[in-house]
Amino acid sequence: MKAHLTRRYTFSASHRLHSDAMSPEENATTYGKCNNPHGHGHNYSLEVTVSGPVDERTGMVCNLVDLDGFVHREILDRFDHQNLNSLPEFAVTVPTTENLCMAVFDILRRGFRRTHLERVRFEETMMNSFEYAGEGRRNL
Amino acid sequence: MYSDRVSLGSEMVYLTRKAEFSASHYYHNPEFTAEENRRIFGKCNNPNGHGHNYTLEVTVKGEVDPRSGFVVDLKRLKEVLNREVLEAMDHRFLNKEVPEFFNRIPTTENLAIVIWQRLAPKLKAAQLHRVRVYETPDLFADFYGEA
Repeated sequence: MKAHLTRRYTFSASHRLHSDAMSPEENATTYGKCNNPHGHGHNYSLEVTVSGPVDERTGMVCNLVDLDGFVHREILDRFDHQNLNSLPEFAVTVPTTENLCMAVFDILRRGFRRTHLERVRFEETMMNSFEYAGEGRRNL
Repeated sequence: MYSDRVSLGSEMVYLTRKAEFSASHYYHNPEFTAEENRRIFGKCNNPNGHGHNYTLEVTVKGEVDPRSGFVVDLKRLKEVLNREVLEAMDHRFLNKEVPEFFNRIPTTENLAIVIWQRLAPKLKAAQLHRVRVYETPDLFADFYGEA
């Protein structure tokens, strides 16, 4: 039987929202306080949802040791206490939480092959959250 | 003043009821060797068990009854939840006291499935949509009744 499993992780990072494709005025209008050149930070909450048949022998959709290991190594160790703008994922892409969702989704889809990746959900603050389920993406 | 709201009579509304229970469990498959059990299940393999405060979210869906304004009678839903889930699982050792787990590992995934199987036949007016079980605030499993 098919079940969904969701695991939550947290990390803290700074970022600045700024697009080289826009004038300084446009950047200021579009991104407001988030355009502050010195950056600012958030405590991000990341939810990773995987799905699949529950293995009859283990009772599991996915062994959490494997998922935790991958997320710690490939995401938390790289993103926690970093400036997101300095990461290769955001060399040309603005580190909005929408783009963060897609970047993390891509890392998981490419590297974590054990279970079907259903969705990535980020809370940037308690008041806003973003989800990405791979729609509109080429098969990675 | 609400006369402009014309009901089509088929609006689907989802309603979620939350409940909490505390239980102990451990993960062990007698078909695995002791070493395999330790490797696959880690700390969860401790035969003396360990416990969690589980949070259960049961979501039902249905059309709103035009006379009562309800999707489901919450009082009845609560009674079914209490009888089928809480009385059977709260302050219990799942492996030893809940028959479904005598031969099935009480993972969060299987808990969601077993709770669905207990509730689905007992709900009449409303249709079960999702069972979500939080083992901790950072881990939950969803079951939608999919084969």
